Amino acid sequence: MKLGVPAEVREGEARVAITPAVAKKLIDNGFSVSVERGAGTAAGYPDAAYEEVLVTLVDDAWADAEVVVKVNPPTERSDGTHEADLLPEGAVLVSLIDPAQNQPLLDKLSARKATVLGLDQVPRITRAQSMDVLSSMANIAGYRAVIEAAQCYGGFFGGQMTAAGKSPPARVLVIGAGVAGLAAIGAARALGAEVRAFDVRPVVREQVESLGGTFLMLEFEESGDGGGGYAKVMSDEFIAAEMELFRQQADEVDVVITTALIPGRPAPKLYMVDMVERMKPGSVVVDLAAANGGNCELTVPGQVIEHGGVTILGYTDLTSRQPTVASQFFATNVVNLLADAGGATDWSIDHDNEVIRGCLVLEQGEMRWPAPRPAPPPPPPEPDPQEEVETVAAPVPLGKKKDSGSGVWASVIIFALGALLIGGFAPAGLLQHLTVFVLAVFVGWQVIWNVSHSLHTPLMAVTNAISGIILVGGILQAGSGRLDAAAILGAVAILFASINVFGGFLVTQRMLRMFRKE
Amino acid sequence: MPNAEGLMTTAYLVAGVLFILSLGGLSKQETAGRGNIFGILGMCLAVVATLGHPDILGLTGNGETTALTIGYSVVLGSTLVGGIIGVLLAIRVQMTSMPQLVAALHSFVGLAAVLVGFSTYLSSGAAHGAEEVARGAEHYVHDVEIFLDVVIGGITFTGSVIAWLKLDGRLSGKPLMLPGRHLINAVMALGMIGLCVPMMFIPEQGVLYLGIAAGISAILGAHLVLAIGGADMPVVVSLLNSYSGWTAAAAGFMLENDLLIVTGALVGSSGAILSVIMCRAMNRSIWNVIFGGFGAGPTGPAKVVEGEMTEIETDEVLELLQTVKRVIIVPGYGMAVAQAQQAVHSFTRTMREKGVEVRFAIHPVAGRLPGHMNVLLAEAGVPYDIVLELEEINDDFADTDLVLVIGANDIVNPSALDDPNSPIAGMPVLHAWEATNTIVLKRGRGKGYAGIVNPLFLRDNTRMYFGDARDSMEKLSAGLRSTKAA
Repeated sequence: MKLGVPAEVREGEARVAITPAVAKKLIDNGFSVSVERGAGTAAGYPDAAYEEVLVTLVDDAWADAEVVVKVNPPTERSDGTHEADLLPEGAVLVSLIDPAQNQPLLDKLSARKATVLGLDQVPRITRAQSMDVLSSMANIAGYRAVIEAAQCYGGFFGGQMTAAGKSPPARVLVIGAGVAGLAAIGAARALGAEVRAFDVRPVVREQVESLGGTFLMLEFEESGDGGGGYAKVMSDEFIAAEMELFRQQADEVDVVITTALIPGRPAPKLYMVDMVERMKPGSVVVDLAAANGGNCELTVPGQVIEHGGVTILGYTDLTSRQPTVASQFFATNVVNLLADAGGATDWSIDHDNEVIRGCLVLEQGEMRWPAPRPAPPPPPPEPDPQEEVETVAAPVPLGKKKDSGSGVWASVIIFALGALLIGGFAPAGLLQHLTVFVLAVFVGWQVIWNVSHSLHTPLMAVTNAISGIILVGGILQAGSGRLDAAAILGAVAILFASINVFGGFLVTQRMLRMFRKE
Repeated sequence: MPNAEGLMTTAYLVAGVLFILSLGGLSKQETAGRGNIFGILGMCLAVVATLGHPDILGLTGNGETTALTIGYSVVLGSTLVGGIIGVLLAIRVQMTSMPQLVAALHSFVGLAAVLVGFSTYLSSGAAHGAEEVARGAEHYVHDVEIFLDVVIGGITFTGSVIAWLKLDGRLSGKPLMLPGRHLINAVMALGMIGLCVPMMFIPEQGVLYLGIAAGISAILGAHLVLAIGGADMPVVVSLLNSYSGWTAAAAGFMLENDLLIVTGALVGSSGAILSVIMCRAMNRSIWNVIFGGFGAGPTGPAKVVEGEMTEIETDEVLELLQTVKRVIIVPGYGMAVAQAQQAVHSFTRTMREKGVEVRFAIHPVAGRLPGHMNVLLAEAGVPYDIVLELEEINDDFADTDLVLVIGANDIVNPSALDDPNSPIAGMPVLHAWEATNTIVLKRGRGKGYAGIVNPLFLRDNTRMYFGDARDSMEKLSAGLRSTKAA
């Protein structure tokens, strides 16, 4: 299969869709790979590196390609031609596509009878993590946001105490703890900053804390989990409470990084003008949602602006600012996706493959987007009706046995009858022994209940030894001085019982000696 | 001469108190050693007092010195032989083989009780033949007492022998499910009890009937334990422990000896409690364990679990170990089989030296004996304050970076909680799957003792580290030390 990698044409894009290392993997797997001359230069992968792994360098990677892999959706080139028109008829395009916003592009591709796999449509399921370009790019963007913020910020991120004076650590507020937000928290912590984070989904608290951030809580009961790692739109009251929190934070923090996105909508406006104005001069706001309109009211996508001494970074190309690693991750995601579709040898667009179906936008020019939602996991099996009835009668946790009341009463009655029978007819000697016996059972019951689990084995060994008390019975039989069958049986009984006595106590001692505390 | 009878009774009383103190002491680590000493003292006192018994001193019968000498030498000789065997057993036994030893010791109690029973019957039977006295209630009661002693002893004896064979691997752990086995048991039990009647009323042939009853009880005991699966052995062992106590108590009634009654009752209730604790740990009733066998309870088909195990190699495990801060080790019977406890200890020490928090989570039925894992870890030198029980540690799995499951299976099976049709549904299990990562050390891909699939092994954050547990742990320890040195 012939795979072509054109150079990116978008202004300022430094990434390349396939790196030399990944190209080698593809070639090993049976693809023949052509890369446009100079495509990887900006990302730190010169043409020579591609040649080394036997990639064909070409001037036009679109021509004759059966699969075209690129980063950005096809756009108009500087010479006025549109990339979509260059795609050979019936070929496969693998790239970011944003089908919700790009209907004209889809029409063009449809006219080319193209099959399009949208990398931004990879479903967020565990198996597809290695193919999820959005996650890998968000991770890089989050990291880069911190680096950019640090560059604009006039102080240290980590606190310092020196002979020349001291500088407290920077206070960073991260809004939205998705992949990008978490990456930002990690990066800012690594630089030594004090990090707080806010997210409408309380479940991410643990993740925030695991990275060393402080999770800001709202005194408000509403989960904002909208599925797939994204948030949903929240109620007005919630938003008001949230704004109040940000206002308080604005007085304290030096850097704000916003990463809030809701799928299929413009980015929510969370950081208002008055919050920016409350910040100390020299503070920095980085808006990762700039490409979708921005979370900060003042953000201008793609630009850096200043408002009352606060710098607001609206970069939309944060990943492209780390082109080497971004290209590497991107290319690895792509190669995993291609492998999932069967690779060069078993290539097929399998509608039963959840991942492939999820990112399939066009098939032979036919619209296939959006993919049907995957069936929810089968509900847990219904308990059988019998059990349910019982559960309604008295809610008992799964598997816990109920005490049957009738059983208890029956045993009480039987016990009472038995007691009457014995009390009425048994000889006095037996009664006396019975008293001793019953009392001893109760004493034993009381004494043993508190036993610590770790001592079960030693306890058993010691009871072994103690039940060797049957030795006494043997002695009474064997020690009478007669040498008859009864005495011999008694002697053998002594033998066995004393194995218990000696063995039991000794082995208990051995075990107990091993238990030690530190 | 002081009142020998009175002295003996007092001595028995003190011995009984010492035994209570002994069992009480054994319930806590701090007092356990003292408890054992109390037990030894009690036993010495009991034996010495018994040697001073009027019957033995010959005060009641023929007071000749020769008889006294013969009596003492028989007693001391048997004690000596038995004692030496016992000491050798106790010194030689591997801690991994504790379950077998305990089972074997139970069988000795049962056997001794049977022997004492026959011996008593023979010595009193002689009296029956000699005097044609009207047999009063006392005689019948005494016969019943002998009968009970013998049959309980018989069940304990063969049951324990079978348990020993199973635990020692000489007999398959699979339950023996004869068709109509409940009926067989019932018939045997009724027949056995029925034999008590001719034994009481036809004293001339009493020994014969008693012998047949003993034989039936032996078969019954063996059959009962044969029907119980290997995974239920901890319950069976504690149950037999209880039986051995009741046997001793029955012997006490027979010999009209209060010390035997008290001690037997103590041991009997102690074993019963342990059985109850074990059953609760498996969320099953004692009847279900004895008569049910696995697979009889659940009603529907168990959930089908799909997925694949993901293997992991030593290097990758070591890499992962570099990054973790909190580790919980879940040991199971597999650790005992592989004798891996020393290797686990040295691994634990190395990790702790690196500043990693390492703790152990012990499930109540891990291993083949209650508390088996604790004993093994203690033997290896793991301090007991980092060895925790299910209730103490189960909530901590969620905050744990890595769980190492060493040769355990059913006790970490999430099906127990989320699949009502699983054979182990409702059994409390260790929530190993809540940790960030889980590594399962396992010999092969087989199923656990309960014979069911464990979805934990198929999870995305679970890695299977196949191989002998001891080899694996030794490799990890060596790897950790070399990375530390580098």
